[in-house]
Amino acid sequence: MEPREVYLDNSATTRVDPKVTEAMLPYFSQRYGNPNSLHRLGREAREAVDEARAKVAALINAEPTDIIFTGAGSEADNLAIKGAAWALRERGKGCHIITSAIEHHAILDTVKWLGKMGFEYTILPVDSRGMVSPEDLEKAIRPDTILATIMAANNEIGTIQPVRELGEVCRAHGVMFHTDGVQAAGHIKVDVKELPVDMMTMAAHKMYGPKGLGALYVRRGIKLIPTLHGGGQEFGLRSGTENVPGIVGFGKAAELAKERLDAGEDKKIAALRDYLIEGVLSRVPESQLTGAAGDGRLPFHASFTIKYIEGEGMLLLLDAAGIYASSGSACTSGSLEPSYVLLATGLDHATAHGSLRLTMSHETTREDIDYVLEKFPPIVERLRSMSPFWNKR
Amino acid sequence: MYNQKVVDYFMNPRNAGRIEDADAVGEVGNPKCGDVMKIYLKINPQSEVVEDIKFETFGCAAAIATSSMVTELAKGRTLSDALKITNKEVADELGGLPPAKLHCSLLAQEGIQAAAADYYMRRDGKLPDGLTMPKTCIACGCEAGEEEEERFVSEHDRVAE
Repeated sequence: MEPREVYLDNSATTRVDPKVTEAMLPYFSQRYGNPNSLHRLGREAREAVDEARAKVAALINAEPTDIIFTGAGSEADNLAIKGAAWALRERGKGCHIITSAIEHHAILDTVKWLGKMGFEYTILPVDSRGMVSPEDLEKAIRPDTILATIMAANNEIGTIQPVRELGEVCRAHGVMFHTDGVQAAGHIKVDVKELPVDMMTMAAHKMYGPKGLGALYVRRGIKLIPTLHGGGQEFGLRSGTENVPGIVGFGKAAELAKERLDAGEDKKIAALRDYLIEGVLSRVPESQLTGAAGDGRLPFHASFTIKYIEGEGMLLLLDAAGIYASSGSACTSGSLEPSYVLLATGLDHATAHGSLRLTMSHETTREDIDYVLEKFPPIVERLRSMSPFWNKR
Repeated sequence: MYNQKVVDYFMNPRNAGRIEDADAVGEVGNPKCGDVMKIYLKINPQSEVVEDIKFETFGCAAAIATSSMVTELAKGRTLSDALKITNKEVADELGGLPPAKLHCSLLAQEGIQAAAADYYMRRDGKLPDGLTMPKTCIACGCEAGEEEEERFVSEHDRVAE
């Protein structure tokens, strides 16, 4: 088989769609106005921002005025959690927050930081698939609980949470519900008019848009205290001159994502994902899927642990074969602890060190996957031949 | 992150594998921390020269590269000379390691010590002065082989009973 380059790290970031780049370009050089200026160039930029806001809103069936653009998904998470927590405490609603053990650091670190600022929090466990139980959530709710934040889908293991059930529990108890939708938005259908979600985070670069652009959906009527003060842009919630080219790119990316979802491309990519999963599990002995299977996981997401070897070696050998992947192994992060997400699902340390994540894009082909399935098993064999655990198993 | 030499020693490891009839075997590290290194030695009983040495390593690219390098450095030396190999020597021979990976070179140094200790224990039933069996997991400072240690204690307690 011909050597090729196969990018399977789309959970980290996606390639900017050429149509997105094309849409952005004029806003760097020709239509460079500040959307807060009154003159024609400013008005053009304002119109472009408004148009993009409408497109991002349409992706999740929200109203345009419910979308706040931020500088990153992490910033949107911070705005949601700090903003809601401060606002609700100010109104005497309480100070208890609930989250889960497998959230992104933008959530976990923010909640823990609030813990140092006088808030209290509960971190819910997950089952072996990485799923949060609505029953656990309900049990954790206290009279002073103000906010629950549970991600829509996990970046490392691809598990999609029962967002509807979790939101319904929150709604029944008058608890605000935020979901980090960075991995989900643009890849699975999300309808905020239909789901009991009060706030949702999105990021452009996970859906073929530019890096440095996040958005927070905030259901109408919800009051937040801003994390950034200044010129009062973004409805007073995120001051700072708007990143017009980036926002335009986000809008275009959201529009294209909606078109793909409407055309059912998520099902096509899920079939390719299952082909990849089946191929790895059948060709690599003692490998196992991490996270949920089938409809319970993101359509583009495959993740494994390969027993008896460590993730970093796999990444480097895959890289040498032109295959770009990632791992939750400790060695890739410079720490010694493997991924907290994998540990939370009940994996032991040694197994968690052997994690591998392969995340596809809508451009990934069956030939790409065949190439991976050809190259990967010998890489595992090679590393295992040097492993003391493999040899004495 | 890694220089070309480290990548080369990871991609084309020297002395990888095991020696079935080894005169000594040393194992250091802890799977919990992500690195375990096992060193096999074949020693000439007269000259005490390391005639053959192989390694098995569970770990990252740096762990495999340092294992590989330390076996190259030790091969052909007398055991007492091999014990003088420092982690700095291993890292320097590899042209340097990223700071977060320096513990791998310490593991390599300790791997030789553990294998040598096994050799002397098999031969004399005791360790020579100045040589101790590595007990600490260099990587994170946890007690390597904690379970082994616990088992030993409990067996000891049973004997005492």
